[in-house]
Amino acid sequence: MAMIFEAAAAQTGGQFPGATEPGGSAPRAGQAVGRIWKAVRSNGKALAGIILLALFTLLAIFPWAIAKDNPSAEIYKPSLGPSTAHLFGTTSYGQDLFAQAVWGTRETLILAVVSGVLSTFLSVIMGLAAGYLGGAWDSVLNFITDVLLVVPTFPLLIIIVAYLPGVGVPGLIAVLVVTGYSYGARQLRAQTLSIRSRDYLEAARVRGERRLYVIMVEIIPSMTSLIVATFLGTAVYNVLAAAGLQFLGFGDPSSVSWGTMLYWAENNEALQTNQYLWAIVPGALIALLGAAFVLINYAFDEISNPALARVPVTRTRQLNPIYRRLRANRSS
Amino acid sequence: MRTGQAERLDPGWGEQAGGPVLQVRDLSVCYHTKRGDVLAVDNVSFDLARGEFLGIVGESGCGKSTLLFGIAQLLSPPAAITGGSVRFEGTNLVDLGDRQLATIRWKKISLVMQSAMNALNPVKTIGAQFTDAMRAHGVTGRQEIADRSAEVLRMVGIDPQHLRSYPHQLSGGMRQRSMIAMALLFTPDLVIMDEPTSALDVVAQRSLMIQIKELQQRLGFAVIFVTHDMSLVSHFSDRLMVMYAGQVAELGATRRVFDNPRHPYSAGLLEAFPSIRGPKVDLTGIPGSPPDLARPPAGCRFAPRCPIVVDACRQEPVDLRHLGDVLVRCIRADGNGVVPGD
Amino acid sequence: MRFLLRRAGFFVLTLWVCITLNFLLPRLMPGNPAIALMAKFHGRLNPAALKAIEVALGVNVHQSLISQYGAYLHNLATGNLGVSITFFPDSVSSVIRGAILYTLGLVGVTTIIAFILGTLIGILGAWRRGGWLDSLLPPIFVITSAVPYFWVGMLLILVFGIKLHWFPYDFAYDPTLTPSLSLSFIGNVIEHSILPAVALLVTSIGGWILTMRNTMITTLAEDYVKMARAKGLPSRRIMLDYAARNAILPNLSGFAMSTGFIVGGAVLVEYVFNYNGLGYLLVQALDSEDYPLMQALFLLITVAVLIAILLADIVTVILDPRTRAAR
Repeated sequence: MAMIFEAAAAQTGGQFPGATEPGGSAPRAGQAVGRIWKAVRSNGKALAGIILLALFTLLAIFPWAIAKDNPSAEIYKPSLGPSTAHLFGTTSYGQDLFAQAVWGTRETLILAVVSGVLSTFLSVIMGLAAGYLGGAWDSVLNFITDVLLVVPTFPLLIIIVAYLPGVGVPGLIAVLVVTGYSYGARQLRAQTLSIRSRDYLEAARVRGERRLYVIMVEIIPSMTSLIVATFLGTAVYNVLAAAGLQFLGFGDPSSVSWGTMLYWAENNEALQTNQYLWAIVPGALIALLGAAFVLINYAFDEISNPALARVPVTRTRQLNPIYRRLRANRSS
Repeated sequence: MRTGQAERLDPGWGEQAGGPVLQVRDLSVCYHTKRGDVLAVDNVSFDLARGEFLGIVGESGCGKSTLLFGIAQLLSPPAAITGGSVRFEGTNLVDLGDRQLATIRWKKISLVMQSAMNALNPVKTIGAQFTDAMRAHGVTGRQEIADRSAEVLRMVGIDPQHLRSYPHQLSGGMRQRSMIAMALLFTPDLVIMDEPTSALDVVAQRSLMIQIKELQQRLGFAVIFVTHDMSLVSHFSDRLMVMYAGQVAELGATRRVFDNPRHPYSAGLLEAFPSIRGPKVDLTGIPGSPPDLARPPAGCRFAPRCPIVVDACRQEPVDLRHLGDVLVRCIRADGNGVVPGD
Repeated sequence: MRFLLRRAGFFVLTLWVCITLNFLLPRLMPGNPAIALMAKFHGRLNPAALKAIEVALGVNVHQSLISQYGAYLHNLATGNLGVSITFFPDSVSSVIRGAILYTLGLVGVTTIIAFILGTLIGILGAWRRGGWLDSLLPPIFVITSAVPYFWVGMLLILVFGIKLHWFPYDFAYDPTLTPSLSLSFIGNVIEHSILPAVALLVTSIGGWILTMRNTMITTLAEDYVKMARAKGLPSRRIMLDYAARNAILPNLSGFAMSTGFIVGGAVLVEYVFNYNGLGYLLVQALDSEDYPLMQALFLLITVAVLIAILLADIVTVILDPRTRAAR
């Protein structure tokens, strides 16, 4: 008796009264992205973050346009203060700090993005698989993820890198990805579990869709916001962790990145010898890049909390008549 | 502004001694959203007599829950009261500050919500939540609190030992009844109920309704009962209010509205029910969907879906009219009920 | 109860995985660093020390892997963690014992303060949405959470240490003093720990504030909060007893998880300040390829994090009656 309104409306081909959207269809990935973009444009934090990120990307792609000097060339007078010739001064080895800062963007950004993408990818696979496949898969995958989540990552990173000297940037990325994917995987698994029993997924299963189809076409698009948030979070983590490792001397100290700049600054006692900028500039840049990701992530949280996170209520139009009647009968 | 609508708005009840317990006049509630302002409740007025049971029915999104929380002064942003008054025993609640409201809350007006699982604090025992309410209103003696808590639980048929239980340890029906018991702690004058039976199965619904009605007759409180289940509430209510798109569509004694609906929407609702007795009839639904309240239609809000619509309906907004002792918002309703089919 | 047992089981299992990982890693690495190490130290260490390294790294291939594993576990159980190469001839356990209190003090106190302060600010910020607290703080702390721990340390050294001479910035205590329980020594320790503590606090508090604020906002939209308002309960009671009590639950496990991150930050901060705690030891061990010490430190840190998680689980069981329900 209680659902009479709904049943009545359904029988006449209208929608369930009070459905949130007249179209009643799931936000396809494209629609979701479109809405994201619109929301982002109106949010100050997101805008600031994106502008910063864009700036850094430009620096990474066209460093020669901004800084004329070769960052590793030790051709100048060492330990100079800031001046018009050298915006940030020079290092103890006579290298132009400004050039180092600009050229260093590339390696840092590549590190952040590549490890972020790979890590997110791994998170999606591990999290979704565990959540959706359930059973033995879930137990095993989840256990691996949980252990990696619990083990303190930075000491683990140190240990692994210690046993593999001379591992360079690719090794750094690999290690970062393996230790950093777990947090995102956990969240994705939780989200997958909570939507697993939703009706529209049941409908897909009843229709006989293959599991891979369901995962790719139904689940992933509805989690776009969570996946993007995972990527942004991992990117920050990777930037900071990589900087930390490089600061301690891992990776390749002769390469030019913000982390290695800090390494050399510390080794040459930059602070004590009045060469502040050597230490301050790379750190500030790291903070800004991290802040860009975090701002975008934070704005995302605000945007997605009420609006995007919800999974569609029903998709009456797409349901075939048998299922619709089943549903109507079940609820009265 | 239609504040000109007569003070003695409601026919029938209300002529008891002491006057009505609740007088709502031109209450409007607006949701301020990015898409624009949505008027969820549009100039609703009604009186409620002491001990009266008023049922408010309508489909999802018609504004009935918003109306309820507007009356109880429990709206949260982005919703806000934008006009009208809510006079409870003479005092306008809309004007009161939080502290003054707190003295009235629960002692005089209490609330029962739809899902007890969501409305009860999951980390506190039932007894602790009862105690909370009593301590907030000056009852401090431990024995007194314990006695009263046990007493109200017994009133709804629950063993008082469950005071030590957490909400998740009780069955759905017991949770709902304990919520009702909590609402009766101070034997208030008015209990507001927002779809308290919707989360229950049919059998539990009926037994809960019977219990509520019995308590109401014993203790004498007024009830505003919001639901989308018209047939259920009509067995127990004294008067029935049908809401559509934020407005009152029809308001009158239950039997009159139920047996002889004047507004085409009410008629449509009733015809959508199969009756257990009586001849088999074809079910008819109401095609279409409620209007977007951010951009309501110019004339009658039901016009797009109405089976007896004429051009005049779409011209101007329609006012509530007396039709005998029922209020109807339709220019085509006449004294004998809605004009039968075209 | 079953919940706790499951968590304890997880604790034991994870511990076992870490121990085994510790055991396997040096034996799996290509090029067997152990051999190189043996060659490096051959002339300079006495047979006992060499033996210690052998056991730690499994160089002695006369034993099968299983019996090596057995010996390793036995050593662990008896507290024999080997001999440190950096601080030879001191045993690893004595080296650790000398540093552990400083790190526990620094990290432990900072984490607790950051958690309590951060949670409170988050609660208040969410409660007064739109107030100055809510509009100012989140953006600020959003940015501070992206700042590298060690860089903040360097800034603090620069400003408060070098320029203003307000606080010492090197070592955990004045190296000319000998550690004792005297008040003056303790005072000295505290003085030396202020800058590192501030560095840790400033960067970690942002996370707490934000997560607490977000869960609080979600909780405030719940029906039981509305019900509490309907009952006429005083504001503070609603904020703490109904909203915060529920909002904090999901954050507790997050708190435990993040001890792992805090430890990482502590390593870097200790390095920057030459603060002789466990983190500093780890970096030193790294530099001198002191594998026994590294392994022991890693294990110790993991155990600490696991204990933190178990504690958080216990607190969750106490605070959330739903976890006590039999499934």
